[in-house]
Amino acid sequence: MGKKTNKKRNDNQSIQVNLVSKQKLEQLTSKDKLKFIIDEVKLGNVLVLEHGLTAFEQTELIKRTMEEIKEDTFIGIEMEGYSEEKPTIVQKIFRMIKKPRMTLIGPADLLQTVSKDNDMIQTKIISGKG
Amino acid sequence: MGLFQRIRLSSMLRKIFGKKQAKIGIYGPPNVGKTTLANRIVQDWTGEIMGGVSEVPHETRTAMWKKDVVIQNGNSSLKIDIVDTPGIATKIDYKDFMNLHGMDKNESKERAKEATEGVIESIRWLEDVDGVLLVMDSTRDPFTQVNVTILGNLEARNLPVLVAANKIDMEDSSPATLKAAFPQHPVVPISALNGYNADDLYSKMIDHFKKTKRKRR
Repeated sequence: MGKKTNKKRNDNQSIQVNLVSKQKLEQLTSKDKLKFIIDEVKLGNVLVLEHGLTAFEQTELIKRTMEEIKEDTFIGIEMEGYSEEKPTIVQKIFRMIKKPRMTLIGPADLLQTVSKDNDMIQTKIISGKG
Repeated sequence: MGLFQRIRLSSMLRKIFGKKQAKIGIYGPPNVGKTTLANRIVQDWTGEIMGGVSEVPHETRTAMWKKDVVIQNGNSSLKIDIVDTPGIATKIDYKDFMNLHGMDKNESKERAKEATEGVIESIRWLEDVDGVLLVMDSTRDPFTQVNVTILGNLEARNLPVLVAANKIDMEDSSPATLKAAFPQHPVVPISALNGYNADDLYSKMIDHFKKTKRKRR
């Protein structure tokens, strides 16, 4: 995972991209995970989560994002990832939790999705925002 | 369906599930035609209108609910409550309403604030619906995170989903792309605006939602 910054992003700063390990995410409860993500994104950082969010966590993240939106400082998030892996028959029988996949999350005024299909997600940092 | 059959079906549903009918949520991102579709369904079967529509995103900012809508197709029918929900988005910038839709600053800020509350309300409604009509714009890329997130959530809840590939009246519409993108769910091409293929949608709704179990609350 990249070095954390406590400074608020300004127009002269470069963009920080943090790769967040599966281990780090697994140590956090869902609530703490979402708080961590929102805090990082509000600082202007882009996160790549090695282990993505579950469907419920993604929905909760959208809800939390809406609660955090502030007119001129935080307009929301850009989030791209793939659906959870399809469960095997054994997982289905024992109702085991499916594993979510890698997810990219960043500030909506900074990160823009160019295209997405089953094999690739293309995003770009919006010029002049960093 | 005859009166006797209708009473018998209604009585069976009550006996099995304790409730008369399922609550079907109309979900999707902003500006895909959710309220136009809700209006189409409600108008076709009750003669009423559910809500106003606009080209400006987030026109629907609070959920609207129409009870006891009976959809019929030949000998089959389905009685449901329809909930038209505000569009779900991951970002809302009041400046977009000013720059793209010519609204003044105060109006834009108010709309943005209400839109954020609308998204929260839509997400809360997920707890309370028994099935979902997920509306997608067939002229746009279907792989948006909002579509993927909503579908993932519904699959995790084991709720029945019918995808309405809307706006097939538009020249650049491609409902086949939606079908290819979400092969695990039934996809019905439709134009909510002019009603094209509405009969097919109603037939699929009856098939798909008829066995929907009303949650006990």
